[in-house]
Amino acid sequence: MAETLAEKIIARAANRTKVCPGEIVTCTVDLAMIHDSGGPRRIKPILERLNARVWDTSKVVLVSDHYAPAVDAESAAILNLTRKWAVENGIDNFYDQQGICHVILPERGHLLPGMFVVGGDSHSPTGGAFGCFMFGVGATDMASILITGKTWVKVPNTIRIEITGTPGVDGGIADGVSAKDIILHLCSRFGVGGAEYQVVEFVGNIISRLSMSERMTLTNMSAELGAQTGLIAADETTFNYIRQTGKKPEHPVQVDNISALQSDDDAYFSATHKVNVADLVPYVAMPDSPDNAVTIEKVSGVQIQQAYIGACTGAKLEDLQMAASVLKNNTVAKGIRLLIAPASIQTTAAAAADGTLKILTESGAILMPSGCGACAGYGAGILAEGEVCISSTARNFKGRMGHPTSKVYLGSPYTVAASAIVGRIADPRDFLN
Amino acid sequence: MTNKISTSRTWIFGDDIDTDQLAPGRFMKDSITELASHCLEDVKQNFSANVEEGDVLVAGKNFGIGSSREQAVQALKHLGVSALVAQSFGGIFFRNAINFGLLAVVCAQAKSIQEGDDISIDADVGIIKNRSQNESYACEKLPPQLLDILKHGGLIPHLEIMMKEQE
Repeated sequence: MAETLAEKIIARAANRTKVCPGEIVTCTVDLAMIHDSGGPRRIKPILERLNARVWDTSKVVLVSDHYAPAVDAESAAILNLTRKWAVENGIDNFYDQQGICHVILPERGHLLPGMFVVGGDSHSPTGGAFGCFMFGVGATDMASILITGKTWVKVPNTIRIEITGTPGVDGGIADGVSAKDIILHLCSRFGVGGAEYQVVEFVGNIISRLSMSERMTLTNMSAELGAQTGLIAADETTFNYIRQTGKKPEHPVQVDNISALQSDDDAYFSATHKVNVADLVPYVAMPDSPDNAVTIEKVSGVQIQQAYIGACTGAKLEDLQMAASVLKNNTVAKGIRLLIAPASIQTTAAAAADGTLKILTESGAILMPSGCGACAGYGAGILAEGEVCISSTARNFKGRMGHPTSKVYLGSPYTVAASAIVGRIADPRDFLN
Repeated sequence: MTNKISTSRTWIFGDDIDTDQLAPGRFMKDSITELASHCLEDVKQNFSANVEEGDVLVAGKNFGIGSSREQAVQALKHLGVSALVAQSFGGIFFRNAINFGLLAVVCAQAKSIQEGDDISIDADVGIIKNRSQNESYACEKLPPQLLDILKHGGLIPHLEIMMKEQE
């Protein structure tokens, strides 16, 4: 009987030969990721109340990113509590201010195809780019996982989205267009919540040509489609990335062949959508929802005060390189601030080594610490009353980046960079060639 | 803890009420009392000041979409909200609601309910009766595993009971 990739991973984690969509099963968790906001400060009191310990410290990764670095007494106290908890509980995989959890996990080799992973954050579907079933939960669910090593899932249906194009030299999509534009286009087409907490599996000739960084952008924002997770089956690109981290790309349990890491073609999909992106243009999501996305010409010229390149969605090395390709030999417009918060310290190091940082800083960009920063209004770079920002992040809910009357437009790193140069939302294709 | 609720204090919301409206990021560092006092303020001014113990929130699609922050649920719980009825919920938010012992009911006809309608919810049977309009609406029945968690008042008391049983 044919199965989807999600069903195969869940069945293995549930120690079952097969699972059916709609049934509730209990799964053993291969890896649990927590961060400073939803992690120790919320989980510690629960563990203490139940007089319980972490089930397996080797399977827990803790990242401080939401309140890092501390900007006031409260955030300093949250980070202090996080660090103490890590020591008291013997969490060796603790990355303190090293970068954003969703980027740290793959960068440090924690994700392998076929794993069943739970993250204490809604952008956990990012990990699905590595062929893992990784989804987000709240802190109480996570506390229960840290105690028992298990959690329940209602086996989801899978929506298959086939991304096709005319494969060209540059991956089959136009210059100045990226995975961010593809996912914003999908948000406008299906709406936030359109995936109804099913799995969205991305396939197609464009997907096989995308880098891991770009695949992560797609699965990351499958959260904005309301998916439980996004999935991309592992291939040579995945295995090569994992080898670079020094890890061996084997499945956590022995698999006989690659088919265990892929959906069967004749599996049941609740929907199959074909999206041709050969002629896709840059997309921008207008306030106050990611599904409020339109083609660039509809918003071109909107006055901005801030341009932000950051967060798990839009500040990986390739995102910075995209911005640099636009900013090269250009400068940030007078009166505009371009803030760039690289997704991790490894990202910063790599961008320094390959000359990307030089281009960014020479253009007048302001470098910020690695962390979630202004994206959710927790860190530095938040907006004042009535201010407008174009951002490479994932969400533009009302008031998310600061004052309730501030406005956030979402775009690719290319588009954010071009807008910073012009001082208004601008088409990046005018700056490339 | 009962899965049956009756009230004439219903609050009506539209589609896509997100977690950042329920628990604004700028107050996420603060105590739950402070955070809850800002719950939904960007959509309905004075909501937190006027909501009362036992009130029910009724909404359209995607209630609680967005972040995994369970303070979005905890704030409602803190303000005394006894149940949520919506056409659909954000997936993580729905889990969080059950985990906090807050009844969350999916009802396709949620939008038939008007502000102040006298309604009763029976989650065990899967029905909402609207006495003001003399109508009843079917709602999705919760699986027994989740009804159990709700009955115990949330995931932590549920775990507590399970762990005691194992001893």
